[in-house]
Amino acid sequence: MTAVQPQPQPEPPVRDALEVGTTATTTVQGHSRVPWRFLAGRAAFYLFTLWAAITINFFLPRMMKGDAVDQYLSRNRNVSPEAAEALRALLGLDTDASLLQQYVDYWGLLLRGDLGVSLLHGLRPVTEVISQALPWTVGLVGFATIVSFAIGTIGGAVVGWRRGSRLDGLIPVTTFLSTIPYFWLGLLAIAVFSVNLGWFPIGKAYGVGMTPALSAEFIGQVIRHGTLPAATIVIASLGGWMLGMRNMMLTVLDEDYVMVAQAKGMPNRRVLWRYAARNAVLPQIQSFALSIGFIVGGTIVMEMVFSYPGVGKLLLDATNAKDYALMQGVFLVITLSVLVANILADVAYAFLDPRTRQTEA
Amino acid sequence: MTTDLRTQPAADLHAAPAPRPTTTARSRLGSAFAMFRNRKSITGLVILGFFVLVALLADVIAPFSPTQVDSTARLQPPSGAHWLGTTHLGEDVLSQVIYGTRGVIVVGFLAAIMATVIAVVVGVIAGYLRGWRSESLSALTNVFLVIPGLPLIIIVASMFNNPPLVVIAAVLGLTGWAWGARVLRAQTMSLRNRDFVQAARANGEPLHRIIGNEMLPNLMALIAASFVGTVTAAILGLTTLSYIGVIPVNTYNWGTILNWAGAQGAFRQNQWWWFLPPGLCIAAIGVALSLINFGIDEYVNPRLRSAGERARAMRKRGLDVNDPVTAVRPTAVRPVTTDRESITTTSPAASTTEGPR
Repeated sequence: MTAVQPQPQPEPPVRDALEVGTTATTTVQGHSRVPWRFLAGRAAFYLFTLWAAITINFFLPRMMKGDAVDQYLSRNRNVSPEAAEALRALLGLDTDASLLQQYVDYWGLLLRGDLGVSLLHGLRPVTEVISQALPWTVGLVGFATIVSFAIGTIGGAVVGWRRGSRLDGLIPVTTFLSTIPYFWLGLLAIAVFSVNLGWFPIGKAYGVGMTPALSAEFIGQVIRHGTLPAATIVIASLGGWMLGMRNMMLTVLDEDYVMVAQAKGMPNRRVLWRYAARNAVLPQIQSFALSIGFIVGGTIVMEMVFSYPGVGKLLLDATNAKDYALMQGVFLVITLSVLVANILADVAYAFLDPRTRQTEA
Repeated sequence: MTTDLRTQPAADLHAAPAPRPTTTARSRLGSAFAMFRNRKSITGLVILGFFVLVALLADVIAPFSPTQVDSTARLQPPSGAHWLGTTHLGEDVLSQVIYGTRGVIVVGFLAAIMATVIAVVVGVIAGYLRGWRSESLSALTNVFLVIPGLPLIIIVASMFNNPPLVVIAAVLGLTGWAWGARVLRAQTMSLRNRDFVQAARANGEPLHRIIGNEMLPNLMALIAASFVGTVTAAILGLTTLSYIGVIPVNTYNWGTILNWAGAQGAFRQNQWWWFLPPGLCIAAIGVALSLINFGIDEYVNPRLRSAGERARAMRKRGLDVNDPVTAVRPTAVRPVTTDRESITTTSPAASTTEGPR
């Protein structure tokens, strides 16, 4: 579908003649159906990053001061010393094994999907705790990110198209909104809309005393509680999407094929969306795929401000309580989601823009 | 910009060992700062300079000590004595904001300096070298890019009981260099094969000269942009961490003020004088930094500026820039976008006046 579409030509990377070969070489490489070298390079990179992230994850709690069990004992006074010892054994803190042995054990547990138990949540398995929090984060922030991306990209395309008009004034406004610290924006929104105007409830994902169920009432509650957090995320992130798209549009609109399209007498609407915006959106799609990954990790602040029961709040609470198993688990989930998003970004980009497949991995 | 090519006697003394007589220290300095020579960048620099001054002169201009408790004046709205009101302990909010500027500026710049140094070293080396060394540096960059920053910072910052500002800056810097390194690597790879670098290599110039004298000047705009971007990220990171409470609240910055305000329910009790000023200060410094970066962007990619100017100039003459007839008209001004120097030497006025006749 994209084969005949004109592509913006970026500055071609200049290379030594030996490295590039002749034009024929490039053509042959470009037409090979499966870019194995490219795929292998990416796969190696992702495996390496995964290993690095897991290793960091392994060392983090071992570098931290304080013992999870000590913290637990200070919260629960009626735990006997024997029970504390049992806890240590359960958490794998009693071992005198070497660091290497611990590292190997850690990998073994990971591969079996065992992330340990959370002290903060009554010794429930970490996987269970996280899987309860994950839908809230993904649902709310995912929705907000998609909305923000759509509005920002379409708006950016229009602002770029109508360059020099009063619409240019939108860019400074959205930039201002995105330089405001997010937590402040959120707190302000609560102060104005929840406390003073009383339009929305303060924080939480649903009303106190409700049990999650697939009823109209519950869904209404979730929407009412989610509106403010979602709106603030959209407001805060709109500026980046808009600026990126507008800058790309200005670059693309200068290309000759846009002029050719206009010379052919195509309607402006078609030139704008099919020729200019379609090419300008490529970098946006890549950043969108990347931002999917940050949905999980980037919303710690939102979840804290709105006391939303998501993954970010879990991480904060775990860090404060030195609940290492939970902390490691959350960090792992966040890193994994970023990695997966990166892979998606690569795939999307290679699919949409054939040039990336031809150049290096 | 108007580069004075006639050598200045004073400047020439400093530039004496330079082989080419036309590049004086002054003109070099001039071209190094050319990217800041536009209205947006200058506005941003002025706002930033104001905050730096406030940080430097905090002792002089702050009317009170930030921790001076006054039990007779608690939670007072702005008045003659307390321009921005008082906190729940009767501390002066204005003085807290003024002293808080220090922490923000110090951490922002320290973190950005560290991040930029790492980014330049890793990025330029990775871009200049080839083979596995380049690839491994690039992989390292990507790992840092992929590992989520804020969660890592929260975990690392909580390892310290009472981290000094330097440690906070170091953590923010260490997690914030990757993007700059990636951009610099790409640009260095493209510079490496330009003629002037090839010529320097063929002349047998040592590596440090090729990188320092030939490449770095051409990377300055990118380095500046990544520096400014890192300052923004570090300031947002610092205030966010302070607000969350990961950083202890005894070091004053705008985030800790907001932390106190939040903990004391200022947001719910409409004590706007307490929570508005610090937030607006963060936003102001953020706007200043993004203005600087807009200016650099337009310097690097002149189309961003010329497109709007051209469109406005055409509209003045009653032409629509998106009208096919106008767009295709052969005499329409197409700004030269390849030669950076010529763009910056022509004033914006000059480029807009010559339109289709």
